[in-house]
Amino acid sequence: MTMSDYLTVEQLGIKLGGRLLVKDISFALPRRSLVALVGPNGAGKTTLLRALAGLVPSQGRVTIDGKDLAGLAVRERALRFAYLPQGHAVHWPLPVRDVVALGRYPHGATDPQRLGPHDAATVDRALHEADLIALQSRPVTELSGGERSRVALARALATQAPVLLADEPIASLDPYYQLSVMALLRKQADAGALVIVVTHDLGLAARFADRVLILRDGRLTNSGPPDLALAADALAEAFAIEAFRGAHEGQPVIVPWAAR
Amino acid sequence: MRCGTTSQGRSCPRNCKRIKPSNMPLANRLGRRTRRLSASQETGRRHRSNSFGDGPAEGIVLKISLAAPGAAATLVVARAADRAVLPLLIGGVVLLFLVSLGVGAVRLPIGSVVAALFGFGGEIQQTIVQDIRLPRALLAMAIGAIHGLSGAALQGLLRNPLASPSLFGAPQAAAFGAVLVIATGLADVLSFALPFAAILMAFASVFVLIAVAGRNSSLLLLILAGLALSSLAGAATALALNLSANPFAALEISFWLLGSLEDRSFHHLALALPFIVCGGWLLLARRDAFRALSLGEETAQSLGVNVAGLRLQVIIGVALGVGAAVAVSGTIGFIGLMAPHLMRPLVGHDPGRLLWPSALAGAALLLAADIAVRIIPSSTGIKVGVLTALIGVPFFLYLIMRERRRLGGGLA
Repeated sequence: MTMSDYLTVEQLGIKLGGRLLVKDISFALPRRSLVALVGPNGAGKTTLLRALAGLVPSQGRVTIDGKDLAGLAVRERALRFAYLPQGHAVHWPLPVRDVVALGRYPHGATDPQRLGPHDAATVDRALHEADLIALQSRPVTELSGGERSRVALARALATQAPVLLADEPIASLDPYYQLSVMALLRKQADAGALVIVVTHDLGLAARFADRVLILRDGRLTNSGPPDLALAADALAEAFAIEAFRGAHEGQPVIVPWAAR
Repeated sequence: MRCGTTSQGRSCPRNCKRIKPSNMPLANRLGRRTRRLSASQETGRRHRSNSFGDGPAEGIVLKISLAAPGAAATLVVARAADRAVLPLLIGGVVLLFLVSLGVGAVRLPIGSVVAALFGFGGEIQQTIVQDIRLPRALLAMAIGAIHGLSGAALQGLLRNPLASPSLFGAPQAAAFGAVLVIATGLADVLSFALPFAAILMAFASVFVLIAVAGRNSSLLLLILAGLALSSLAGAATALALNLSANPFAALEISFWLLGSLEDRSFHHLALALPFIVCGGWLLLARRDAFRALSLGEETAQSLGVNVAGLRLQVIIGVALGVGAAVAVSGTIGFIGLMAPHLMRPLVGHDPGRLLWPSALAGAALLLAADIAVRIIPSSTGIKVGVLTALIGVPFFLYLIMRERRRLGGGLA
């Protein structure tokens, strides 16, 4: 563990409904990095993310910027972690802009119609970054699944939290927006954030991430830069697949090819 | 403005659809903006790769400066309408309140009602307005308001437009609490034991409902659990009547159960109002949390909302308000379902902004219903609870019909 590590997790265990879903996980991650959390279905990726966001109780120790997470108030935690869940449910037909403005909630701007100038500017920037300016007055329930997931992403960006936890943010998007969203997350990381993305897209993980964590049966089985963590034997062990591996424009290319 | 003639911009027809004919000057301005917007969208699309990441900045600047005012203008129009809602509702409630003071066996014009209210005019008129009709009208206002508010809060908490205290059995349970006190002779009808028992039972029923149906429960589960609880409360009430020693008391109680504001005095008001005010305050205090909750419980929690605390606060608020209301008026249902539903489109569906208008609309609805039962000619006088149920149940059926698709395919 070095000084530059921003988020550290030590011997994290998560037990839900009497079942141990995540066992003895330890890692340390710096800011300015995009981390891909991959693994087979049911490996515990979402559970781990939810524990980091403080949504499920966990054992072990998590620190952010040297502070123990267990000692942080709900709102303090909300200012540090932006959480983007799967599904993107919005239960009322609110305008897109108001949904994105809820990202300012932890900052005390709880009414989207009475934003201060700084909050309004942040919301505008988030809308713009997710390419939603033209949709901002549309009721969010009228949008397509892909558009809704961009609204959820913009809402998470508007929080301006140092850690962004995104659970399959590209799952329902067309290839254009898959690449755009990953590029946008990359940009957030380059601007100083720690972005943790759960994804099943090994190709995009290899292309955009600084670091890949592989989770299997609730354990961290591999961790490191993409070319090492997603090596042939690692993929065979974690996913039971063979993959085409190559390079394009100096970047690694991984395409899942055959189930073993 | 006709969009078809301007350009093929994607957002243009939608922007224009939102504008009412009454706002033509603004619509014209907006039209000019949308034309520019679609031009900027063309730019946006041509440089599609610019919209994210590291492309040249010019396209981005152009998009913000031109597109933002156009799309934002529709929001401005919608929000101007929002602001008119509260004053209009307050005006309506005041008017109905005055009419309510004038209607009854002796009809008084509004002028003499106002005079009598402030201590002018004939002594008989003053007595009628101040002593007989004022407590009734104030109770109608307070009880209607707390029902509307409870409905809006429950709908916000459960994120479902069909939630309401009466569907979940809260008034029925509160009525059982009150009946138990009366039938067992523990206390008389004008003691504070009545609202206490009603509040306790209302709390128990909402608590059990949410415990049984679970946290992220579907509407089906909630309605089924609510049905079970209100049946249980009904059976328990019937049992209490059944075992009651005095048949006349039983008759009186069953009439009282129908829900009425007749012959209520300032004593009744004093009995109920403190609890109604406390309950209403508890619910109104969490307006912003309901807004965050529209993104789901997990997201709300990640935004810093203490969801468990909110749930408890809403349960207590609803129990205090509805319990106290039922203790003095009997069961008056469906106001909590109708008021939020009528107000929701007027406040842009924002669950936080819905609470005050729902309270005012609830007050107006119950005042109107209480006026109606005095105007409709009948031999014995219709109970106001019967009237609200007669209007409310078809309304509920209509809501079910409208939500049918959502209910049929995968429960929310």
